[in-house]
Amino acid sequence: MASSSTTSPSFDPRMLKEPPPLPGSPGSWRRYFSFNTDAKVIGIQYIAVALLFLLVGGLLAMIMRGELITPPADLVDPTVYNGLYTMHGTVMLFLFLFPVLNGFNNLLIPPMIGAPDMAFPRLNALAFWLFPVFGVILMASFLVPGGPSGSGWWAYPPLSTQNPLGHALNGQLLWILAVAVSGVSSIMGAVNFCTTIIRMRAPGMGWFKMPIFCWTALAAQLIQLMGLPVLTAGAVMLLFDLSFGTSFFKPEGGGDPMLYQHFFWFYSHPAVYVMALPIFGVFSELFPVYARKPLFGYKVVAIASFAITVLSLIVWVHHMFYSGTPQWMRNVFMVTTMLIAVPTGIKVFAWIATLWRGSIRLSTPMLFCLAGLFNFIFAGITGVMLATVPVDIHVGNTYFVVGHFHYVIFNMITFGVFAAIYHWFPKFTGRMYYEGLGKLHFILTFIGSTLNFLPMHWAGLMGMPRRVASYDPEFASANVLASLGAFLLGVATIPFLLNIVSSWVRGPKAPPNPWNAIGLEWLLPSPPPAENFEEDVPTVISGPYGYGLGRPLVEDQERFERRALQT
Amino acid sequence: MTSLSQPAATPPGTPALPSPIGPEHDPGPSHAHGAHPDHTLTGFVIFLASESLIFLALFVGYAVFKSSAPLWLPAGVEGLEVREPLINTVVLVSSSLVIWLAERALHRQRLGEFRAWWLLTMAMGTYFVVGQAIEWQHLPFGLASGVFGASFYLLTGFHGLHVLTGLALMAFFLVRSLRPGLVLPEGKGVVAVSLFWHFVDVIWVVLFVLTYVWQRR
Ligand code: HEM
Ligand SMILES: [Cu+2]
Repeated sequence: MASSSTTSPSFDPRMLKEPPPLPGSPGSWRRYFSFNTDAKVIGIQYIAVALLFLLVGGLLAMIMRGELITPPADLVDPTVYNGLYTMHGTVMLFLFLFPVLNGFNNLLIPPMIGAPDMAFPRLNALAFWLFPVFGVILMASFLVPGGPSGSGWWAYPPLSTQNPLGHALNGQLLWILAVAVSGVSSIMGAVNFCTTIIRMRAPGMGWFKMPIFCWTALAAQLIQLMGLPVLTAGAVMLLFDLSFGTSFFKPEGGGDPMLYQHFFWFYSHPAVYVMALPIFGVFSELFPVYARKPLFGYKVVAIASFAITVLSLIVWVHHMFYSGTPQWMRNVFMVTTMLIAVPTGIKVFAWIATLWRGSIRLSTPMLFCLAGLFNFIFAGITGVMLATVPVDIHVGNTYFVVGHFHYVIFNMITFGVFAAIYHWFPKFTGRMYYEGLGKLHFILTFIGSTLNFLPMHWAGLMGMPRRVASYDPEFASANVLASLGAFLLGVATIPFLLNIVSSWVRGPKAPPNPWNAIGLEWLLPSPPPAENFEEDVPTVISGPYGYGLGRPLVEDQERFERRALQT
Repeated sequence: MTSLSQPAATPPGTPALPSPIGPEHDPGPSHAHGAHPDHTLTGFVIFLASESLIFLALFVGYAVFKSSAPLWLPAGVEGLEVREPLINTVVLVSSSLVIWLAERALHRQRLGEFRAWWLLTMAMGTYFVVGQAIEWQHLPFGLASGVFGASFYLLTGFHGLHVLTGLALMAFFLVRSLRPGLVLPEGKGVVAVSLFWHFVDVIWVVLFVLTYVWQRR
């Protein structure tokens, strides 16, 4: 216990009168533009800026798809195209998905475990404010001579150690700096999330009474803590090679370019689970609510998250099957990669069993979750195909891989992000969203993403290489479909943004628990007060997801429900 | 790192009147959080565990290069001189003991003794950094002299940055200790710095073995 908690509150002069609202105080919209330490403000800051970058990344993607709608490189120059896909990938991963998920962590973890805030509020705010900083650094690379990095989001040497124009300030350097600052911010976040979950749970909330979202967040943040340092080491060496004349990764100077690939994928494979795990959490939270049934196999689902964490750290070489990797290593990593399908498959079966004979309500979040699950099953199958060395030697570096990971990253993860936004929107804004617009958003997104990413699989199987601005006319039909899908996805953001903005401004007021859901966050008013339950934290007496079991979640449940209604 | 300045320690029994110099003085939006239990140490240990993996990655990189690079020592370089670095190592490692004495003195509320041991630790750390800087100046190879030079400077330089960070943190808490009531009685910040210092020492020992002891290929 900290010394300050021994202080009696009656001595605190701040208690005497309410200060006038400062720019950063609750109630003022300006707090969203300030160095605010309230996790709920930070959460919304993260999500808002991340959605802004989703638009940026989407715009880049649509330019790329515009280029690819015809076989020759006519719309943009191939060099520009290289910059486009590099920036698209980097923006989507580092400026959209990681931050948006950190936003969810900020919004959801403290209320779900009954904590007033994160363990280190100021560190939290600092981590957030680094996000615009590395966003600007990365965007600035469009302005430097030579344009942005064109070496892909993997930044493999030798491409990434080249500086043809000889400027000290170049796109590749800015890329490395942005990734490094993003890493620092993520580590700060990870320390905070882990400490909060480990140390600040409500009385009675043992590990096996904790919502799955918190389990998956913890498992994902552990990956950040273990993987990011390795990426950082690789990035520092890359920076030295690029700017200070060393030759860590340059064969001509005795270096080893494969070492970079190992460093990079040691982090970046697990990184896909940093993004996937929280969405597994979202699925596990939402399916029980909208099927009105307890989560099937809660404990197994919880533990499987950690199995995924461990296994995800030992599969990275499946990205290097065709990089001159020795055969024994390929075999080992083929087996480990297939093993990771086991805990993942367990989760899939648990969700299906949860849905089985449930009374399913097809509201917008549920639609996104169901489609996300469906797409994920598909992506898992192509994943296991890719894990098979002979298949991968054939389709590696083709559009098949692009199709596979977009099915995961967009059709599963981003669907889950939308589901989460809709589901918790009333809780954190205090307003209901418009169901009609939500469904329109879903339908457009589903059709758009299927058109966009499904044909990529057959283009890839036919042999269309990735990262090219022009291609053989025999791949034309798949590419036309994909481009149409991409533009449709662009259109789909209109009802989404319209919905978010208009319902936040003048949507119907939300009750504390509009979905009749079970969880500590639903015992709070909508939106929850700055410190959630403050001193009066409920004591948890049963596990989560007790749908249809008729047992209370916490001691004195009615009192908390009544209090939430009064505010 | 901001969390290190968080312990808003107040001597027991004193009302929490805002101190003109303490963090409580700032009536910013964060003031309400002063009342929360302090998890600085948990967070710091998690951070150190993660930080150690950067070094692990660099060590693995070094070992891979050393055992497989076609060229290792640059032409004309025989190896590394061990005598001075060994003295440096002894000084740094024994400073771990000294900082422990400082911590113990603080827990026994002997502020003067704490400052003395704390200063001695800083002196030993400074000796190490200066020694390393002198060594760097006299080495017959540079950063761009092949993979060996690059890895050597990267490893020792990155470690040196940690030593400097440790010294800066110690200086910060030394100054704070001159203002009664800010370090005592819990001194979570001091405990964290001392943990950090042990960490820096352990890393150095591994680094020393890897670069200075393991010289033959
Ligand atoms: C059962 C699960 C999965 C398996 C077995 C699997 C397998 C693979 C394999 C073998 C590759 C390498 C293909 C190649 O480069 O030739 C790959 C690529 C990829 N996967 Fe998966 N995957 C799975 C799930 C996921 C998930 C959950 C994500 C994202 C959250 C993901 C994202 C990616 C990405 C981004 C790439 C391509 C990286 C690049 O080349 O730029 N995968 N996957
Ligand atoms: Cu992978």
